Amino acid sequence: MKKTYKIDVDCANCANKMEEAAKNTAGVKNAVVNFMTLKMSVEFEEGQNVKAVMEEVRRNCKKVEDDCEVFL
Amino acid sequence: MTKKQKKMLVRIFISAVLMVVLHFLPIKGYLRFFCYLVPYLVIGYDILLKAWKGIKNRQPFDESLLMALATVGAIAVAITGDGDYTEAVAVMLFYQVGEWFQSYAVGRSRKNISELMDIRPDYANIERDGNLERVDPDEVEIGSVIVVQPGEKVPIDGIILEGETTLNTSALTGESLPREAHAGDEVLSGCINMTGVLRLQTTKEFGESTASKILDLVENASSRKSKSEEFITKFARIYTPAVVYSAIALAVLPPLVRLSVFGLTADWGTWVYRALTFLVISCPCALVISIPLSFFAGLGGAGNAGVLIKGSNYMETLAQTKYVVFDKTGTLTQGVFEVEAVHHNKMEEERLLEYAALAESASSHPISKSLQRAYGRDIDRARVTDIQEISGNGVTAKVDGIFVAAGNDKLMRSLGIEPVSCHRAGTIIHMTIGGEYAGHIVISDIVKPQAKEAVASLKAAGVKKTVMLTGDAGKVADQVAKNLGIDQVYSELLPADKVEKVEELLGEKTEKERLAFVGDGINDAPVLSRADIGIAMGAMGSDAAIEAADVVLMDDDPMKIAKAIRISRKCLRIVYQNIWFAIGVKVICLILGAVGIANMWLAIFADVGVMIIAVLNAIRALFVKRL
Repeated sequence: MKKTYKIDVDCANCANKMEEAAKNTAGVKNAVVNFMTLKMSVEFEEGQNVKAVMEEVRRNCKKVEDDCEVFL
Repeated sequence: MTKKQKKMLVRIFISAVLMVVLHFLPIKGYLRFFCYLVPYLVIGYDILLKAWKGIKNRQPFDESLLMALATVGAIAVAITGDGDYTEAVAVMLFYQVGEWFQSYAVGRSRKNISELMDIRPDYANIERDGNLERVDPDEVEIGSVIVVQPGEKVPIDGIILEGETTLNTSALTGESLPREAHAGDEVLSGCINMTGVLRLQTTKEFGESTASKILDLVENASSRKSKSEEFITKFARIYTPAVVYSAIALAVLPPLVRLSVFGLTADWGTWVYRALTFLVISCPCALVISIPLSFFAGLGGAGNAGVLIKGSNYMETLAQTKYVVFDKTGTLTQGVFEVEAVHHNKMEEERLLEYAALAESASSHPISKSLQRAYGRDIDRARVTDIQEISGNGVTAKVDGIFVAAGNDKLMRSLGIEPVSCHRAGTIIHMTIGGEYAGHIVISDIVKPQAKEAVASLKAAGVKKTVMLTGDAGKVADQVAKNLGIDQVYSELLPADKVEKVEELLGEKTEKERLAFVGDGINDAPVLSRADIGIAMGAMGSDAAIEAADVVLMDDDPMKIAKAIRISRKCLRIVYQNIWFAIGVKVICLILGAVGIANMWLAIFADVGVMIIAVLNAIRALFVKRL
């Protein structure tokens, strides 16, 4: 399953870091962060609790880039 | 400007003013240090915090750390040395000016580009008890009747039940000429109703409507990253740590070598200063921002011109296109048959056409339709009797009691009449009237008026070879190709053969050349997806084509193909300019910094100046009107 979330982040490099962090979150198959449109599209692995995974993605993003937000 | 940007602007202003004032104050020693600390912290406290948090979260290598290290280092050098704190404050100040500018520029282009593609309808009008009611277009079911008033956007695809108007389709097609629409016409969402009130019966749900589909496509476009973008991401990932380690090496190794090998003084101050300059120069922001920004602007500009490109990667492919393969019908020709000429006729052309139209009046074949259209008047079916269709060959009938046959040469010979063959290419309808040969009518698929120019402009855009695929007979195909200046023709192809031919051509070209297939979106989805890049044209409303193609031309103007290539070339040119420029300037400044020629001020230029220039250059990709 694939879902798109709105994000807020200030720099392109930070967006790349968020992408990397989201990709490495358990339950996420693939993630693409689009800095220009400020969107993150996340592809989840089968049978995952989307909400819980996204909470984790958000936490991981905050870890690599303090000044970011993922709107769930 | 956002709140964040305004706040930053105030900080930049305060810090700059303080710095100028301090410059003229004759203070010395520790007081001087504390005085300069004020503008430094005003402008840089968040960077220091960020760098600290980065270290705490074990993600230390980013721009904040580079800047924090460089400025703290510069202050340390100043305390021990000449007491010139200006450099440290200036580095932080200019870095923040650069960041501010970047955020402002990106915000502006985000806004500009979304305005360009502003086709999202906000509401739909539904009539309830004689009153118009605004509802969310999402809630409108298929088959509902909606009202579109002058000046409003058509929210959902539908068919006009009532009303007459001119539609502005420029947001969809990039075509500025308004289009007339009457009852019975199909209207696509995203058009602007200019003059009359329309009552529409919706044929699709909002989510399936053209406007939603296009917006979806545009918004997802820059998520498909190009090779250049991937390169930059990877580059940035190894680059920052590499620079930090080299800076440490530059600060430590030369003094140690001087001490141990040459027995000279270590000269720590000089080398630490050089290492700090190194850090300032090295910030990769110019690259990481300008490359995606260029693609984003390019995609936005293309969308505004009616060329929807589904991703930055396709832009890259499009820029390398050397082979363009056309499916003739619907791309170079209009896919509409029309009577072109009447030859060897003894009676007046009009009379002959009248007989032909009457004889063919029962048929719905496109060719019969074209005869009826050419005749142009209402057909009185009572005049026609004994209609017989001879499948694949033609028709015989009695018109006003006279025996008429209309069809190909086989039909003529079966009637014992020798037809006069035609020198013109096209579909030939021979006619006998009353048992005598009466001439023939040439019918052909009309070539689009811009087709020839379009092929020429492809050549001018650097396309090596143009190929035409068609199901038509060889003679027709050859002549069309010759007229248009197409290099190679494959005729009499079945739809399945087209995939095969494209595969053959794909094998012919070299590694770096790309092959584009242009189709009208009808029956060519497999070929569209097989080619390096599939271009569907005139695809408004055809879902299958929008799905299968990589590039969608919103109207059916073949000139747009060359335009799409030129837009992509321009965008890629800007991308490469930025990559070379940014890396080039940085490498030169890094070398100058390492040998001690570059000071902190040059370093600031290499960082902020390069970034500003690269961002301005990237925005250029948006301007594609005159390409």
